[in-house]
Amino acid sequence: MLSYIIKRILMIIPVIIGVSILSFLLIHLVPGDPARMMLGERATPKQLVELRETLGLNDPLYVQYGRFVEKAVQGDLGSSVRSKMPVFEEMGNKLPATLELTLFALTIAVLLGGLAGVVSAVKPYSIFDNLSMGLALFGVSIPVFWLGLMLIWIFGVHLHMLPPSGRLTVGVELQTITNLYILDSLLTGNWKAFKDALSHIIMPAVALSTIPMAMIARVTRSSMLEVLGQDYIRTAWAKGLPGRLVIFRHAFKNAFLPVLTVIGLQFGYLLGGAVMTEEIFSWPGVGRWLFVAISARDFPIVQGGILMVALLFVTINLIVDILYTYVDPRIRLD
Amino acid sequence: MTPQGTTASGEVAVKLNEYVSRGPWVEGFLRLLRHKTALVGLIIVGILLFTALLAPLLAPYDPITQDLPNRLQAPSSEHLFGTDAHGRDILSRIIHGTRISIQIGIIAVGISLIFGTFLGAVSGYYGGKLDLVVMRAIDIVMAFPYILLAIAITAMLGPGLTNAMIAIGLVGIPIYARVIRGVVLSVKEMEYIDAAKVSGCSNFRIIFRHVLPNCMAPLVVQATLGVGTAILDAAGLGFLGLGAQPPHPEWGIMLNQGKEVMSIAPWVIMFPGAAILLVVLGFNLLGDGLRDALDPRLKDS
Repeated sequence: MLSYIIKRILMIIPVIIGVSILSFLLIHLVPGDPARMMLGERATPKQLVELRETLGLNDPLYVQYGRFVEKAVQGDLGSSVRSKMPVFEEMGNKLPATLELTLFALTIAVLLGGLAGVVSAVKPYSIFDNLSMGLALFGVSIPVFWLGLMLIWIFGVHLHMLPPSGRLTVGVELQTITNLYILDSLLTGNWKAFKDALSHIIMPAVALSTIPMAMIARVTRSSMLEVLGQDYIRTAWAKGLPGRLVIFRHAFKNAFLPVLTVIGLQFGYLLGGAVMTEEIFSWPGVGRWLFVAISARDFPIVQGGILMVALLFVTINLIVDILYTYVDPRIRLD
Repeated sequence: MTPQGTTASGEVAVKLNEYVSRGPWVEGFLRLLRHKTALVGLIIVGILLFTALLAPLLAPYDPITQDLPNRLQAPSSEHLFGTDAHGRDILSRIIHGTRISIQIGIIAVGISLIFGTFLGAVSGYYGGKLDLVVMRAIDIVMAFPYILLAIAITAMLGPGLTNAMIAIGLVGIPIYARVIRGVVLSVKEMEYIDAAKVSGCSNFRIIFRHVLPNCMAPLVVQATLGVGTAILDAAGLGFLGLGAQPPHPEWGIMLNQGKEVMSIAPWVIMFPGAAILLVVLGFNLLGDGLRDALDPRLKDS
């Protein structure tokens, strides 16, 4: 067991090195001088020289990369050009919002998608199956940004039911502990803030959940179909076990592995990739932060932030892989 | 054997072995037509191609010329989908937008397809260290959220449709490489490849003449699904202001500009978004159908 985990950790080292090189090189895709790109056309030659000096842009690339890595392993990813705040700290401020949104969206996706997948597999080619698989196809085809706008238009503008942007109404007091507002409001027993935070998260979470939900539904269905066709399931039915027990205890447990893969991948992906959703709902999370930094050519954030997002993804995949060995001990033998 | 005999036994033979030389593509196409949802996809994609081809004839108005007195008109018999904040007919803009979508589909998927196929084929065929390096490189690229990487590359290269297509094409390469590598790994073990080696074919010739033609089915499926994804992503980049620039009638840009006025003129965002949904849905339906028709082994995967 331990040797498997160690082997798995060693395997990600080359990936981490590659990820750091790629994040480092991203800003060098800019045609011409990065310093000029950051300061704009009106920068004086003196400002340009200074910025090049502070960012070390005069050194050869490999020296710059060496310095980037050396600082990064010490937890220093540089500071934002605009706010002067360390990249690490800024990311720390943005992560809870994204984490909260991701967890909420994935919960919706797993519950509804998983249920739809199981029921579809139990009654394949039934009306429910056709309907939910049709919806799943819609889910992967619908532009999230459009869905977001339509939700805002219907529930925000038209019905005035849900707030169209942000995490909390201005003026609502909330003592923060974890910075996950819903959790914090529950911990402090702040009912008003809980309702407010919940009403803010519903629309972005629904918009964000469509793709993972569709994927989970499809994977659950096909994985369940495969398991339900196996001999031991027939034995379970023949023994006269109640349907619920056969489906959830016997079948779903074994069908869960591919579903876990999708959940893990989507979790890692959404932590940095929810750019559209966060942008539309002005959700102050990592995706929007990176998008704004990319647009403003705040290069330390582009390099450091994207590196951290990728490292998070790699780490989550590692954890999922290790979780596998608990869920399915056969994997360790491989 | 008479051609008639071939057709009569064709269906059974194809079910037994997808790669018999006797026209699996024709059989696949026929099966596609019997597949109801795939047929819907084929029709949607057909309409898209037809619209793109005849856009100037079909569009009732010019997609770019502004007509300020008629701004934000609700849908009517004159303007079926209404007009936008510059008085331009939304239906005409959507019709012309189909051309941009096709362009994105071809160029972005083309980039992914060419590089991905090459990398996947070479890596799968030669194996060993080369394979290890290529696969690790793919892991690295896939560690970045796909859309974030596309956004970053586009923004760094400079916003615009061309750079957006390049970025989407580049970030798509790993998926194609993986698909092709998987198929190549199984194909290269087949006896006819040994036969080709014995008869003195070069590796290059074996890859391109013997291995790749047998990878076409999954490639076609992946590319069809990929066109849908590419259109969706390009619209996303357009929506963020990184893709096609105004006044191009690109659907993402139309949504971006429409969001300012959507509370008073919801049709401005409703129709372009529905157009994206419909086209992406069409390619997804067709892709799923092709998977069932061309390569039943991949069904439900």
